[in-house]
Amino acid sequence: MSAATPPVSIARLAADLAARRVSAAELAQDALAAARAQTSLNAFVTLDDAGATAAAQAADVSLARGAAPALTGIPCAHKDIFCTDGVRTTCASRMLEQFVPPYDASVVERLKAGGAVAIGKTNLDEFAMGSSNENSAFGAVCNPWDPTRVPGGSSGGSAAAVAAGIVPFATGTDTGGSIRQPAAFCGITGLKPTYGRVSRWGMIAFASSLDCGGVLARSAEDCAHVLGAIAGHDARDATSVDRAAEDYVGALQQPLAGLRIGIAREYFGAGIDDAVAHGVRAALAELEKRGAKLVEVSLPNAHLAIPAYYVIAPAEASSNLARYDGVRYGHRCANPTSLEDLYTRSRAEGFGAEVKRRILVGTYALSAGYYDAYYLRAQRVRRLIANDFTAAFDTCDLIAGPTTPSVAFALGEKSGDPLAMYAADVNTVAVNLAGLPAISLPAGFDRGLPFGLQLIAPAFAEARLLTAGHALQQATDFHTRRPDADSHGSRRPGVPA
Amino acid sequence: MSIDHTTVRHIARLARLAVADDAVAPLARELERVLALADQLTTADLSGIAPMAHPHAQPLAWREDRVTEPDRADAFLALAPDARGGLYLVPKVIE
Repeated sequence: MSAATPPVSIARLAADLAARRVSAAELAQDALAAARAQTSLNAFVTLDDAGATAAAQAADVSLARGAAPALTGIPCAHKDIFCTDGVRTTCASRMLEQFVPPYDASVVERLKAGGAVAIGKTNLDEFAMGSSNENSAFGAVCNPWDPTRVPGGSSGGSAAAVAAGIVPFATGTDTGGSIRQPAAFCGITGLKPTYGRVSRWGMIAFASSLDCGGVLARSAEDCAHVLGAIAGHDARDATSVDRAAEDYVGALQQPLAGLRIGIAREYFGAGIDDAVAHGVRAALAELEKRGAKLVEVSLPNAHLAIPAYYVIAPAEASSNLARYDGVRYGHRCANPTSLEDLYTRSRAEGFGAEVKRRILVGTYALSAGYYDAYYLRAQRVRRLIANDFTAAFDTCDLIAGPTTPSVAFALGEKSGDPLAMYAADVNTVAVNLAGLPAISLPAGFDRGLPFGLQLIAPAFAEARLLTAGHALQQATDFHTRRPDADSHGSRRPGVPA
Repeated sequence: MSIDHTTVRHIARLARLAVADDAVAPLARELERVLALADQLTTADLSGIAPMAHPHAQPLAWREDRVTEPDRADAFLALAPDARGGLYLVPKVIE
């Protein structure tokens, strides 16, 4: 692919499929071949040739009949944290290396019903704990824009697969930025819906009050098509909100006029690279030209989001991951001498370093004598952070800032220092603490590497994020650029005349 | 907050994680650093602020008390490292 052939949208692919200019079988084979041609990215844990072939054949049959659902025949990939019936689901952990679920996650089930053809399972940080995809038991993923750099995490495989042109969209999960941060690092669009908008059923749990399924794609328009298919109430998830999905595709054409975008000064604070801050402000100026009104807002407790998150998420993780006991599923140590030995050795062998670190931090924060000082205090700070958003939305409709402080960092650069890694989440974790929807949109390039604009909306205002995202993508071409060997490092940001 | 080796072993025991002797000291240092980060929370004025456990104020969903899932015990037992006769097997607990 080159800059002269911009990526094909889902709507265009669907039109080509409906007109039988291309078959679902051809698209599936092309996607599988593209994945195999780029195995050096390590974006996939498992490729499902048989499942993809069968799903594509079924899609072609329903396309021939006409009146097929919107995503029929569109290739996709699932983050390997979503359970897939009969297809290994590892969560990038030795603990689940051999785990083959006997059921589909709701998100997988809905996309199947929508006709999408899944070609495989994408790599991630183990149990979605990480911001670089270096915490995978199956090796790090490389950034398609520069293979010496991280793709971001934890949905790094999904982001790399979309950025590399292997699939038009992939599913992801976002507990503290795990959709938005890799989307920003890989130059694609990543949508984290409102907590409860997308069912968590069959999505392997990390931090249950923060985890949120969503989508990584090339554009806001493509995200709208996918969100429409995966959003909606699910009785199997008690936290799923009983509220109908909206017409997200219809929202794309809404005018921006009068939309107030709040520029959060804290999101442009110390530690944010100048080139990123400057590029994000330039992208916001494009939205202003299209009728949006830019206003200043403040989120005074933003600096407490990282400490609150890195107490609450580990606490919930320590509780959720207690289920891996070597008894019902997952890794079991050899020759256990007692039940205690079975538990402790199975878990020590099955979990990687970052997962163990978070389990220990969380166990400490929940333990007798420390519960009030850490966990309860973090929960009270969580409310302060949520209150900041509520107050800011009194004077604006969306809140904006850079998704990440910088472009993608080098593989190995932060992997030895957990706290430096946690700091990469500075602009994303507050959104999860408050349960709000947010999107990362390609907003420019610094030294040939993409960065993102994050827009945050009040609960259930995904349509508003997509309206603004689509408007930006009508005004700029950052989302159409693709990494490739001969242009890497030579591309410069620009806005078409 | 200084974390001693006894604390690391106690927390690891609560978390049911085997920790090798030579891993205790590095873990103590790592935990100290993360807890130092968490100690920044003490700078917040939390007077009158209730804990927030969850993003939504909605009450828990209730459903009718009836069976909605088919019996798939065999499919789930097949995932176990060791199961026989419809039971999960573990090392003997009672002598």
